[in-house]
Amino acid sequence: MTSGNSNSGGGANDTLPGAPVPFPGEPAVSREVARSFGLSDEEWDRVVFFLGRDPTYAELGVFSVMWSEHCSYKSSRVHLARLPTEGPQVVQGPGENAGAVDIGDGFCAVFKMESHNHPSYIEPYQGAATGVGGILRDVFTMGARPVASLNSLRFGRPEHPKTPHLVRGVVAGIGGYGNCIGVPTVGGEVQFDASYDGNILVNAFTVGVAESDKLFFGTADGVGNPVIYVGARTGRDGIHGATMASAEFDEDSDKKLPTVQVGDPFMEKLLLEACLEIFAANVLVGVQDMGAAGLTSSSVEMAARSGSGIELDLDKVPRRARALTPYELLLSESQERMLMVAKRGFEDEVLAICARWDLEAAVIGEVTTSGRFVCKATPGYDPLVSSPNEAAPQPVVDIPVGALADEAPKYDRPQVEPAPAPLVPEPPLDVDPSEALRALIGSPNIGSRQWIWRQYDHIVRDGTVFRPGEADAAVVRVFCEREGEPTREKLLAISVDCNGRHVQLDPRQGAAMAVAECARNIAVSGGKPLALTDCLNFGNPEVPETMWRFARAIDGLAEACRALDVPVVSGNVSLYNETEGRPILPTPTVAIVGQLRRPEDRVPLGFARPGDVVAHLGIPSRGALGGSEYWVSRAGHVGGEPVGIDLDDEARLQRALLELAQARLLASAHDVSDGGFAVALAEMCLPNGLGCQVRLPGDPSVLPVARLFSEEPTRVIVSFDPERALEVTQICEAHGVPLDHLGEVGGDELVIEAAVRVPVAELAALHHACLDRIVSD
Amino acid sequence: MKIAVVVFPGSNADWDALHAVRDVLGVDAEYVFHKESTLGAVDAVVVPGGFSYGDYLRAGAIARFSPIAKDLVEFAKSGGPVLGICNGFQILTELGLLPGGLTRNAHLRFECRDVWVRVEGGGPFTHALAQGTVLRLPIAHAEGRYQIDPEGLARLEANEQIALRYCSATGQVSIDAPVNPNGSVGAIAGVYNEARNVLGLMPHPERAAEAILGNTDGLRIFECLLEHLKAAA
Repeated sequence: MTSGNSNSGGGANDTLPGAPVPFPGEPAVSREVARSFGLSDEEWDRVVFFLGRDPTYAELGVFSVMWSEHCSYKSSRVHLARLPTEGPQVVQGPGENAGAVDIGDGFCAVFKMESHNHPSYIEPYQGAATGVGGILRDVFTMGARPVASLNSLRFGRPEHPKTPHLVRGVVAGIGGYGNCIGVPTVGGEVQFDASYDGNILVNAFTVGVAESDKLFFGTADGVGNPVIYVGARTGRDGIHGATMASAEFDEDSDKKLPTVQVGDPFMEKLLLEACLEIFAANVLVGVQDMGAAGLTSSSVEMAARSGSGIELDLDKVPRRARALTPYELLLSESQERMLMVAKRGFEDEVLAICARWDLEAAVIGEVTTSGRFVCKATPGYDPLVSSPNEAAPQPVVDIPVGALADEAPKYDRPQVEPAPAPLVPEPPLDVDPSEALRALIGSPNIGSRQWIWRQYDHIVRDGTVFRPGEADAAVVRVFCEREGEPTREKLLAISVDCNGRHVQLDPRQGAAMAVAECARNIAVSGGKPLALTDCLNFGNPEVPETMWRFARAIDGLAEACRALDVPVVSGNVSLYNETEGRPILPTPTVAIVGQLRRPEDRVPLGFARPGDVVAHLGIPSRGALGGSEYWVSRAGHVGGEPVGIDLDDEARLQRALLELAQARLLASAHDVSDGGFAVALAEMCLPNGLGCQVRLPGDPSVLPVARLFSEEPTRVIVSFDPERALEVTQICEAHGVPLDHLGEVGGDELVIEAAVRVPVAELAALHHACLDRIVSD
Repeated sequence: MKIAVVVFPGSNADWDALHAVRDVLGVDAEYVFHKESTLGAVDAVVVPGGFSYGDYLRAGAIARFSPIAKDLVEFAKSGGPVLGICNGFQILTELGLLPGGLTRNAHLRFECRDVWVRVEGGGPFTHALAQGTVLRLPIAHAEGRYQIDPEGLARLEANEQIALRYCSATGQVSIDAPVNPNGSVGAIAGVYNEARNVLGLMPHPERAAEAILGNTDGLRIFECLLEHLKAAA
């Protein structure tokens, strides 16, 4: 297959005799067919321009998936460029399968978050499971062993008829995949809101650990190097998954079931172990997982990164279904497959390691200098039934790689500022605060997630230092191994966050609040935030109001990442999350990886000792209830004035928290977020069944209810030994952070001035029971 | 002294076991891949947790056809100490090295949490723990419901083969949830073979062997093994 050898030569691309001709049995191609594949008329014209002819059916399929929103980021690329991606800690920024950040001694944390929203709504178990499988592959493709996963989930109203089924299916799917492959699922977040009734969100995050100078990239360098297919055989599942993920849903969405992939975590476990062995053998040039748009996107992206070409012999692709056409082979999203480019002459070593792990592998092509993506296949040939000598391949795809990558469409779509969210009706404030706290602590958005995380193996790999619910961030001990050196243990802190309600009210400030809360969770737990990955879930970008929100959210993310020194190293955009014109809340989910210097720095969220001082750190409450759970649950709509955030104050608070933790002054710490001050305090009482008696901080002229339940950011509650009070005060003063002593830990009741008095046992019962009502059979 | 940790395709707590034995206890330990025909010169074997062969068909059912299985059975029959944890327990029952079998949890969900178990009987993995000792150990399984027919159960009781039963934090055994997390017959969490050199248990002692993980109760089971091996040496 080498360019110019006896089997090829001639033709426009110098690799195959002549341009592709229609493959027998495949439908004719036209502008109308292109439309049904999701390409606009303008995009069709562009396809014809690039090729200088009409595409074949397979080529049209290739263009439609590569130019889909999911693969091309055509509506978001112009905006993503505004995100800060650099810093001394960054080992690998965006553009590869995952980002990487330095964790010392030549090791790095490799991580990314990705959405699997559309498939999870259609088939929750497999959709969520393959979302986990996909993000795991993104991480181990980089040469990292995955060490922990988290997820961010959004469901519709608990009382919506589909919600219980979706919650049960998604949770079982995430567990089914992660538990089997043996990567602990150590944390996450869940929110229920009516905007997600027809479009749930499943965002999966994984972090792995690698030696920084041994990362692998998705490159296809070196003319004549073999392209090797490794893993599961190709079937018809998931064809056009990427296109499906780039369109709105309508009432016929259930009919899209065949576009959902089916996962096999056992196969992925074998793939993981085999890949890590292959990487260690130093026989590869590059590697890329076959995720969205399968064989097509993996080949094209690798060639694009290297400025090379790739030529594939589709006859050689391992398959499990009969009579697969080139179109199907190229667009299948069958899971657990990898594409590798090996150093020439080392293909047998790759195949031998695969055989040791009982994995199928085949050389299916090679790297060329043509700058073109070329595929050939034999009409009527099927390796499952035909004998090899029947193969007489003809060209079926021949496309310039650039047309599918850098020169893919890129749109700066129109933006219109939407009308502000309604300020009325306001929620009633003349309520019994104790009663309001009881309602919130057991509500679906605030109650315990124990029913969920107990279905995840959150302790496999012997590294889970903080289990779910024990601290604001997950803290995981990771083992860093380098040949010839003793194993090093390092501690990562990880958090995932977003509250779409605050983003809806003010996309810029709301997105900044998501970054701030995520980083705060790391600092509260004793870690230094290092870098961020995002998963930007929005509605239809062709709606100018949605595009405006998207652009403003990017601005907010960028500002917060700069202020808190957490560059963006990887990410994902999921648009068209709307059904019949109703978009989801704008949900720019972020995940941050941080690091603890040593185990003693870790800080749990639960009160530890009776007699400890309870104090409020940060900006006193103004009692602003906009976007809060209190507002939404009582007023029945996402409204109110945006609460906003001051990023300078936030940065000061986080620096103070880190220093307090590293000085080992804190017995517990918990940030004030969903549900506000009263809920945060209640959550600190629950782990050890310890109550407290405190004063209510904030502006005394504001009604207690507003100060109890406001979700204004940049606030943390801490507890510490009274004998260390002076040291705590000094550190807070040094950082310019307000510190307010509120009371002390003790008793079996949560008491806040005259406003709230509730037994801790009652709060615990309400908290624990919250999901049972939704998911019980 | 050397301990083997057998790695089947789909084993995923192999690291947990190796780390606990080698790094925490400081004993020489190594992985033995399932395609090996011999365990080599080892003094004890751990069959770790995971999803061998994806747990397809039935948990542990396919692992018994692996090349290493023959030598593993011979090692056990010759009296060598074998510890099967979680999926390892399932594999040992499928190999016929332990009585009974393990089926889907009564509530049909995977469950990961701490449970308490009471030490019932002695053997190389529990001999230094007084009967009635309560250990807090984590579980993480979907198919941990121990099942055995009434005659088999009677034999287990008569031979004192029951090693561990699920109990409350204060040591009260109960067959009811949540004390018994999976509906196991007799709240059985771990059993010995008749010769008492093979132990299978659903909880994960290797994940409760370090202060940084908040629990060292699991270490006591491995310490029993070490004492046993030292005495035998």
